[in-house]
Amino acid sequence: MSSSTATLEASAVRTTPRRPRRMKEATRAFWIFMAPFVIGLLIFVYLPIVWSVVLSFSRAQNTVTPGDWVGLKNYVDLLRPGPFLNSLITFTIFAAFIVPLTFALSLGLALLLNRVPVAKGFFRSVFFLPTACSYVVASLVWKLSIFNGVRFGLANTVLSWFGVDNIPWLATTSPPWYWMVIVTLRLWIQVGFYMILFLAGLQSISPELYEAAEIDGAKPGWQTFRFITLPQLRATSVAVLLLLLINAYQAFDEFFNLLGNSSFARPPLVYLYYTAQGNQDFGHGSAGAVILALLIMILTLAQGRVFGFGRADD
Amino acid sequence: MSRRHFLGALGLGAAALGSGPLLAACGGGSSGVGNGGGGGDKSKPTINQWYHQYGEAGTQQAVMRYAKEYPDANVKVQWTPGDYTSKLNSGLLSSAGPDVFESGVNIDQVQSKQVVDIDDIMKDVKSDYTEADLKSTTVDGKIYGVKMVDDMGVLYYRKSVLDKAGVKPPTSMDELIAASKELTTSKQKGLFIGNDAGVTPSFGGGALLGQILWCVGQDFLTADNKPGFNTPEAKESFLKLRELFDSKSLLLGAPTDWWDPSSFTQGLAAMQWCGLWALPGIKKAIGDDFGVVAWPAFSSSVGKPSTFLGGWTAMVSAKAKDVEAAKAFVKWLWIDNSKDQEDFNLSYGFHIPPRKSLAAKAEKLKQGPAADALKIFNDYAVPSNPAWTPKMSSAYADAATAIVRKNGDVDSNLKKAEATVKTELNRLFG
Repeated sequence: MSSSTATLEASAVRTTPRRPRRMKEATRAFWIFMAPFVIGLLIFVYLPIVWSVVLSFSRAQNTVTPGDWVGLKNYVDLLRPGPFLNSLITFTIFAAFIVPLTFALSLGLALLLNRVPVAKGFFRSVFFLPTACSYVVASLVWKLSIFNGVRFGLANTVLSWFGVDNIPWLATTSPPWYWMVIVTLRLWIQVGFYMILFLAGLQSISPELYEAAEIDGAKPGWQTFRFITLPQLRATSVAVLLLLLINAYQAFDEFFNLLGNSSFARPPLVYLYYTAQGNQDFGHGSAGAVILALLIMILTLAQGRVFGFGRADD
Repeated sequence: MSRRHFLGALGLGAAALGSGPLLAACGGGSSGVGNGGGGGDKSKPTINQWYHQYGEAGTQQAVMRYAKEYPDANVKVQWTPGDYTSKLNSGLLSSAGPDVFESGVNIDQVQSKQVVDIDDIMKDVKSDYTEADLKSTTVDGKIYGVKMVDDMGVLYYRKSVLDKAGVKPPTSMDELIAASKELTTSKQKGLFIGNDAGVTPSFGGGALLGQILWCVGQDFLTADNKPGFNTPEAKESFLKLRELFDSKSLLLGAPTDWWDPSSFTQGLAAMQWCGLWALPGIKKAIGDDFGVVAWPAFSSSVGKPSTFLGGWTAMVSAKAKDVEAAKAFVKWLWIDNSKDQEDFNLSYGFHIPPRKSLAAKAEKLKQGPAADALKIFNDYAVPSNPAWTPKMSSAYADAATAIVRKNGDVDSNLKKAEATVKTELNRLFG
């Protein structure tokens, strides 16, 4: 490597007529490395997105060839009171539960882990492991073994020790136990991931701040947490909140596998899936996807205004 | 708004959209198994044939065998576990889909020219099919598929359990609810109609969506294609099913769903609504300790007993590489080849052979509960209507789910479904 370093130094000293060529080489290398990804992205992500937008303005029943233009009719249909709006409400309820819960739990775990003197790596790995499990697999485990409705389900076995009758968790709508199944599943899978984010955030806080606070007479515990840790975690917190919200928006796997096409707990993506793939109504399906994308964009931009996440000074 | 913000938002939006309805690019043989091709003889055309997963052992090997037997083409069989409907829908939109497939005839597929009519191969044998089967495969006077199997549902009950409790097989909805309550113990529920209480159509659920209406003498659509489910009788029937759901005597959250007899044979439920296909399996598991009845009439004065006339229909895709070759294969297997039809209908799970001449010869359906089932089928089976589209079905099932499982208001929910169905009917028939 030393020869190339030498060339580099030499070229830095000279006022080089060679630099443009080197730039060209770098550009070529850049494209050679990037081309497969860019092409893949264009064909498999952007082209379908554009196609979806085009389809959303036409009546595409049992076909994905646009042509029968209906203007904004698909959008109007979806935004009238009906299953799509209901699904947005379902999402809102779901997000209201899952976002604060995951946030609090993962922050709590991160704080605890940060204080653990021994085996930190072990605990970190153990909490992070469920992230590697697929939602589909977890859904099946939750549905068939932990929360099944018969006497040999884990939850029902535990309850039977206290003389409680079997509960059909996923089928009971009053009280709505199915929420518990869904929320616990999502928590189990995602808490570890956000905990890691918070841990990274905690470790980047300079210890001098805490020392200074101690000298100024701040009490360890809540006061330090409230006035030093939390403000220092602002960037991490905003990122976590945003990711959680988008993830909740895109909830699909566990609802699809646990509840199928149930009108009482159907997030937007599940509804759109059944509209497009089940009913073959690609016009309304695409329109719904566009509405959802716009909503997420608006949310992202709004939080940028409010919290300033992603600004240079962060 | 800075450019970076905008691009960030665009990226997130793209991610959201990308997970929406993608262009169907999954028609190929990415899942499913097996290839029953006849050794890949290059001089013959290749026909891709798609099946959903039949649960009974041996069925898959059987269809592979039929494919191998076909002399005029290499037939590749794709056997699809899981969500067959979505996969088939995607496949039919792409050029990598099936040439020949099993499904049910639907007016949307016909109007958007996804399937071809098979009048020419059916014309000589039409009289050997029942009116009901012809009706369910005909759109605008043309036949679009040939029935491979006729399926039906029956209410299985454990004789010994009912005798011990002094309960008679139910003949009305009130009797059914009373029996279900009576038969419920700490170890066993009275009745199993699916983990969705019979009203939510995913993963093969929604088993009672038809019976709710048929048991009061109504149907999804009237004879002149108007919504038929928003009547006082139907509302009564919905409330009755809710009463059954609220009675705490239904088995819910079982490991398998209504189409699989395990919950019944393992004693989780004393009665189960299931298909005739499960009869051989049930007999193997519990011997002669069971009987079958139709889904009961609403009451002694209203409605009549009912069951569905389901099953699968062999159809030819309009995008088939060689439509004529595909039709010839369908004719060879599902019209002319009575040996294989008999094997497929009666050697694994029980189905009723659609050809009248074959059904008349089916010895296995002439004794015990199978004979009772055949009689129920001939007296009470209600055929499907090709004009009842998936979209109508979804809207109706949403209402049924809200009413029965969520204590929703009957009037307003059925009205919502009716509005959607009317819009659809306008689209189809103007």
